Amino acid sequence: MSASVVDNTVSSGNSSVAIPTDISGQILDLDEDDELEVFSKDTSTTQTDGSSFNASMQTSPASMINQYKFEEEEEDADTKDIFVTVDNPESHVTAIETYITYRVETKTTRSEFDSSEFEVRRRYQDFLWLKGRLEEAHPTLIVHPLPEKFVMKGMVERFNEDFIETRRRALHKFLNKIAEHPIFSSSEDFKIFLTAGSGELTSHKKQGPGFLSRMGETVKAVAAAVRGVRNRPQEFTDMQEYAEAFSQKISSLDKVTQRIVREQKEYLEELKECGPTYALWSQSEQELAEPLKNVAGCVDNCCKETEEQVKHLNDHLIPVLHEYVLCADTLKAVLRRRDNIQADFEGKTEALATKKADRDADSKVLSLAWDSLVGRSPEEVKQQKQQKLKGEIKEMRDELDKAEDRLEWANNALKTDWTRWQKVMRTDLRSAFIDTAERNVSYYEKCLAVWESFLQSQRTDAEGNGKVDSS
Amino acid sequence: MADSGSEEIAVIGNTDLTPSESENNLKNTMVEKGTSLLKMMEISVAEAEKRTGKNAVNMQETYTVYLIETRPVDAASEGTNPVPDSLWRRYSEFELLRNYLLVTYPFSVVPPLPEKRAEFVWHKLSADNMDPDFVERRRVGLENFLLRVASHPDLSSDKIFYSFLTEENGWKETVFETGFQAKADSRLKALNATFRVKNPDKRFAEMKHYGDELQSVISQLLRVRARAADRLYGVYKVHGNYGRVFSEWSAIEKEMGDGLQSAGHHMDAYAASVDDILEEEEHYADQLKEYLFYADALRAVCRKHELTQYELEMAAQDLTSKKQQREELATGTIRTFSLKGMTSKLFGQETPEQREAKLKMLETQIEEGEELVKERNAECEEFVKSAWVDIERFKEQKDHDLREALISYAIMQISMCKKGIQVWNNAKECFSKM
Repeated sequence: MSASVVDNTVSSGNSSVAIPTDISGQILDLDEDDELEVFSKDTSTTQTDGSSFNASMQTSPASMINQYKFEEEEEDADTKDIFVTVDNPESHVTAIETYITYRVETKTTRSEFDSSEFEVRRRYQDFLWLKGRLEEAHPTLIVHPLPEKFVMKGMVERFNEDFIETRRRALHKFLNKIAEHPIFSSSEDFKIFLTAGSGELTSHKKQGPGFLSRMGETVKAVAAAVRGVRNRPQEFTDMQEYAEAFSQKISSLDKVTQRIVREQKEYLEELKECGPTYALWSQSEQELAEPLKNVAGCVDNCCKETEEQVKHLNDHLIPVLHEYVLCADTLKAVLRRRDNIQADFEGKTEALATKKADRDADSKVLSLAWDSLVGRSPEEVKQQKQQKLKGEIKEMRDELDKAEDRLEWANNALKTDWTRWQKVMRTDLRSAFIDTAERNVSYYEKCLAVWESFLQSQRTDAEGNGKVDSS
Repeated sequence: MADSGSEEIAVIGNTDLTPSESENNLKNTMVEKGTSLLKMMEISVAEAEKRTGKNAVNMQETYTVYLIETRPVDAASEGTNPVPDSLWRRYSEFELLRNYLLVTYPFSVVPPLPEKRAEFVWHKLSADNMDPDFVERRRVGLENFLLRVASHPDLSSDKIFYSFLTEENGWKETVFETGFQAKADSRLKALNATFRVKNPDKRFAEMKHYGDELQSVISQLLRVRARAADRLYGVYKVHGNYGRVFSEWSAIEKEMGDGLQSAGHHMDAYAASVDDILEEEEHYADQLKEYLFYADALRAVCRKHELTQYELEMAAQDLTSKKQQREELATGTIRTFSLKGMTSKLFGQETPEQREAKLKMLETQIEEGEELVKERNAECEEFVKSAWVDIERFKEQKDHDLREALISYAIMQISMCKKGIQVWNNAKECFSKM
């Protein structure tokens, strides 16, 4: 229902109308049931052409925020109505290239999906495309990072098994993060990504803002960036500082963890030689043969445990830390884009003020010489000029209003998503660290059991032989 | 180090033994075996001190002296606890004592001294002889040596040993007066010479082979262990970086700050815990080293056996050749080539009187030879008997001690695991509060 309310305030053109300030109040008056409706019917705000989110960008900032807030409150595991899995990598060979595709399986109860189960194959490029689309549509929302295109260190071959598995896991996380995001999960592009056949996807990719209009946006963005933002609100400066600091800390953690893995591997190499040495010794002994063989076995078991512990660090903690290193970069990029939007607005404000000054100035000064030359009366000329300026000013004002809306929307979206991101980050990192701590406890517990069984065997041996241990 | 949240490590059964406890166990075992000396007095190497003085070439040198304390057993048990008798000795004096014992009791597996220079070190451990940790471990090793000698059935009753423990001045002169050095030189020569024994006692040959294997495998084990210790040190210490980064990160977070900060403390504690762990392992390494050096002592006994056997065989060979010569002379036949035979052929036969004289000489020599063979045989048998008794004793001691060492190694590993469990459980709790 709120959707229709919002629709009514949107005109079909590219200009938005001034929004009555109490629209948020109208939304809050909805029945309880409709809160759920808001969540699932979000996609109905989109128009049927491919550029879905340009339309929703035109909805009022205030209403968008409130939508966002409602949806956030609804997000429990209980109400999760879409499940996405990425698995089953396969290699494809064509004349031009070899590449990997992954199976993307979707199970959902959402009504905007035609069916409840989908299975498609996607390659890395497709994921890149989806990410790009989401970022374009929401420059100041935080999109979860994709695994990197290439792995520089160690010159990992693209088709190496470990590399593919690591990438698969990251892609799986990426899609799930999108699915859990209140706004992204209702993106039309997301839906198409999950459901379209490869031909359909290709043609859909070709739609959307063309190359030139994208260039236009980029040029504007560069111009705004060069100009710089003048009056950044303190809260965004705070966010910037946080993003910088967070980026440093999480990168350090990533490096420390990788160093730990390296040291553990080197320890393991040395430890692997201990067991065989004890075994060798046992061959020269009689009474000692059995305890020595036993110790050799214990050391070998501890080696196995160490190997598994290292693998766990590698497979679980490191990818998460790495994701958040990339997230930190996303935060900085999002803040930059917000700055650009503000710079754009400030630029337009300045331009309008200048034009207005021109208009006011012109009403006093008459360039008589030129006008008499072209044979027009001063009054006529003045009229013409004023008309022209009036037209220009109106245009600029409309542009300025749009820019202002864009800025307000961007700011609010960013603030809300920032809070959301922080919660998710906290949850993710907390569970990753807890998981690691638990794994370490389990590692030590297993090694403890190994050595205690040795002690046990020695005790029963001693008792069996009639010797009494001094312990 | 860890501040709050560090609880006592629960002691389960008898799995926890401190190094001093295991040391005491060793002492108790030795005392139980009950030589008369140990029944009489308590021996310990209580302290170590640095001294400077002029050496033999009148140059300034720094060296360490060790305080040997002896105390009558009864007094201690009565609880009166009198001041122990004590004297200072340097490492070189211990060496002198041992050399004396080696020469004087060749059939005993003489306990080894702790290493002269630090070997099998891993990077953190100092190779410097003046390093306090090395000096401390050497002090323990020297005490161990004295107790081993004092608990040896034969060595413990030696007077030189007794005066080493009780007479500070003039001990060196007393040792030299025994004239053991002369024997030492010849013994050293013998041990280093290569000779082939025709019929060594199989058991001794096996023991020598075992000594070789033991030395080789323990060396390898010590090397591998040292490298592993080095790596383990690295693993633990890098975790200290977690502590630092968590602390810095907590400064920029609101809700996560406290959890991160306290988790960081536990990471610091984890990193610091490796120092104690590796110190304990060093004690285990010292136990292995003792038997590494014992292998040498064992081989020395086997070599001595070879020497006595060789001397017996030489004497027997000599006797046989002399008997042969007598036979040749008596029957006039020349069985084997001999220079004498050739010269007599060349320069003419001897006169009957000369032959008579030669025969008589040979007879005497044969008699003496037979005496010698009997003597050497007895020596050999005596040596084999005494040495084998001590080797058996050594075997039992070795099996017992090394088994205890393996057990204490397991206990150390268990203690390390328990510490790890505690730290990571604490960290996990802190992470949950993030």
